[in-house]
Amino acid sequence: MAFLEIDGLKKRFGSVEILKGIDVDLEKGGFLVLVGPSGCGKSTLLNTIAGLETITEGEIRVDGRAINDLHPSKRDIAMVFQSYALYPNMTVAGNIAFGMEMRGVPAAERQKAIDKVAKVLQIGHLLQRKPSQLSGGQRQRVAMGRALVRDPKLFLFDEPLSNLDAKLRVDMRIEIKRLHATTGTTIVYVTHDQIEAMTLATKIAVMRDGEVQQFGTPAEIYNNPTNIFVADFMGSPAMNLVPATIGGNGSGLSVVLQRDGREPISLPLAKPPAGLSAFQGKPVIFGVRPEALTDPEGAERNASNIAAADCHIEVIEPAGSDTFAVTNLGGKAVVARLRADARIQPGTVTPLAFNLTKAVFFDPATENRIL
Amino acid sequence: MSAVTTPARQDTGGTSAKTLNRIVIYGLLALFALFYLMPLFVMLVTSFKTMDEIQNGNMLALPRAPTFEPWLKAWGETCVGLTCAGIKGYFWNSIKMVVPAVLISTLLGALNGYVLTKWRFRGHTLVFGLMLFACFIPFQSVLLPMATILGSLSRFGVTLQNATGFSFGLGNPTVNLVFVHVVYGLGFTTLFFRNYYEAFPTELIKAAQVDGASFFQIFRRIMLPNSMPIFVVTVIYQFTNIWNDFLFASAYAGTGDAMPMTVALNNVVNTSTGVVEYNVNMAAAMIAALPTLLVYVVAGRYFVRGLMAGAVKG
Repeated sequence: MAFLEIDGLKKRFGSVEILKGIDVDLEKGGFLVLVGPSGCGKSTLLNTIAGLETITEGEIRVDGRAINDLHPSKRDIAMVFQSYALYPNMTVAGNIAFGMEMRGVPAAERQKAIDKVAKVLQIGHLLQRKPSQLSGGQRQRVAMGRALVRDPKLFLFDEPLSNLDAKLRVDMRIEIKRLHATTGTTIVYVTHDQIEAMTLATKIAVMRDGEVQQFGTPAEIYNNPTNIFVADFMGSPAMNLVPATIGGNGSGLSVVLQRDGREPISLPLAKPPAGLSAFQGKPVIFGVRPEALTDPEGAERNASNIAAADCHIEVIEPAGSDTFAVTNLGGKAVVARLRADARIQPGTVTPLAFNLTKAVFFDPATENRIL
Repeated sequence: MSAVTTPARQDTGGTSAKTLNRIVIYGLLALFALFYLMPLFVMLVTSFKTMDEIQNGNMLALPRAPTFEPWLKAWGETCVGLTCAGIKGYFWNSIKMVVPAVLISTLLGALNGYVLTKWRFRGHTLVFGLMLFACFIPFQSVLLPMATILGSLSRFGVTLQNATGFSFGLGNPTVNLVFVHVVYGLGFTTLFFRNYYEAFPTELIKAAQVDGASFFQIFRRIMLPNSMPIFVVTVIYQFTNIWNDFLFASAYAGTGDAMPMTVALNNVVNTSTGVVEYNVNMAAAMIAALPTLLVYVVAGRYFVRGLMAGAVKG
């Protein structure tokens, strides 16, 4: 039995269904990231777990106990808010201890807990300051301290890093990951940033329009997306989704990609997914990640199905660690990820290696994966 | 004023026209200020003059031999109607009435604002609309209905007195005035606090809920300590209004021992025994005006801005 279980959760505001039956579970000590674009219902889902919003249908269980009818303070959860929500009239110590004070913990014990948390988060020198005297990163730490000090069963993070600048965000991301590793707490984390989701999670739920599109480990989500939405949303730069047709030459299948003014590319598929034979001669969406489309020297050596084809390079984007090359296939800009020192010139025709073991296919009508 | 008619003129005579503008504007402002302060000046100088000087001298002249005598007389000896014990008793009457009325109406307004923004219920806009409507009801139209209600309360007080030996203040004119001012002030105080709390970060309330704070704990520990600016505004507004109120005061406590300052001042000025003591009248009027002035000076200092800095994303 999982530690956090959400069964058939529905939430309606009047006739509008915000959450349309969510089924998610998480093992003890796991890190669940709810990710999706704005308005997908991820924050609402988190608020229902916290008890700040009621649910219409379904059940939420933590450690085997149904908590959906309990007051937020009785659920044994702690929450870190997007805006940090520090009480401006209290000192950092007062902020951290407020919850304990409300639960009637004696002052000496409170002080001990504050000191312990301050040590973990290295905010000991800030304890007597007011929130207005802190920097963004310090406020973020205090907000986490307020959650940590309760030692709850479940931590809820609502886009905690979205207010920080890019560099600090990376630092705090690592800090949260370290915190999770050292304390072994169970965390539910909401973000719209797919990199945060990939780096932090043990489980990811990709959401859209109040539905979970896919639920799985980061590797599953990244390598085996169930539909075009998940494939497109996860990964940066995004997966190339190219309109293509499936061709057959008696023995095997191949994927045919259109090019401007030149004959189409035909790439033979060594191990096509079983469902693909039904699409012979029909259009599909061919999905290939930029790192699976590279210069032939840089291609993965032990991949079983690599096909090279000449492509016209339109734009080069040197990013330091990699060089991104943009070509045009099937009427769409396609990004290839090359080694940083790859010798390549814009406007030339260069062979690119397609790692077809990593390629995925989608049905253009249903947008679902062809398996 | 005319500097912007053509670009050419602006280039050549721009600065001199600007200076002229400034002179005209500040000149006018100074003139208005002077006009506005003139009566206060006359009152102040007159209150420090002897009667001889007033009768023989210039109204605008400074006192030749300043004396506190009129102030002392106004405070302790002057006649209000038939009793001649000064206005000090009435001054305390007003304080006893204004302080509770201001505090109760402000706190209730804060509570209303808190509920109307952070604990919304079905029909909260209608309730707020109706409360807002209370701001626009003219004083005169509630005089008679309120008198009837106060009469009933007073009779109920008598019943309580007979039954329990204690009237709980019902029927007491001071309590009546507090009640009237609280009811009448609620519309304004609710409006002030609701608009302030509308912009108050709701995540703070959520965080406090997760921390286990109750409805009133959140109000007392989170909302009120972060409401200083609007609290001060409301207190200044309510204090000035209630202290200066004459209509309700004269209608519900116009005679007897509970008479507030404003009514007493009117009676001082209208008492006609012998010579009209202008200096004493002016001093009494100044005493009556002092508390509102004091509230501005003292409370204004706490009128701090940016108190919410640091609560949420900075």
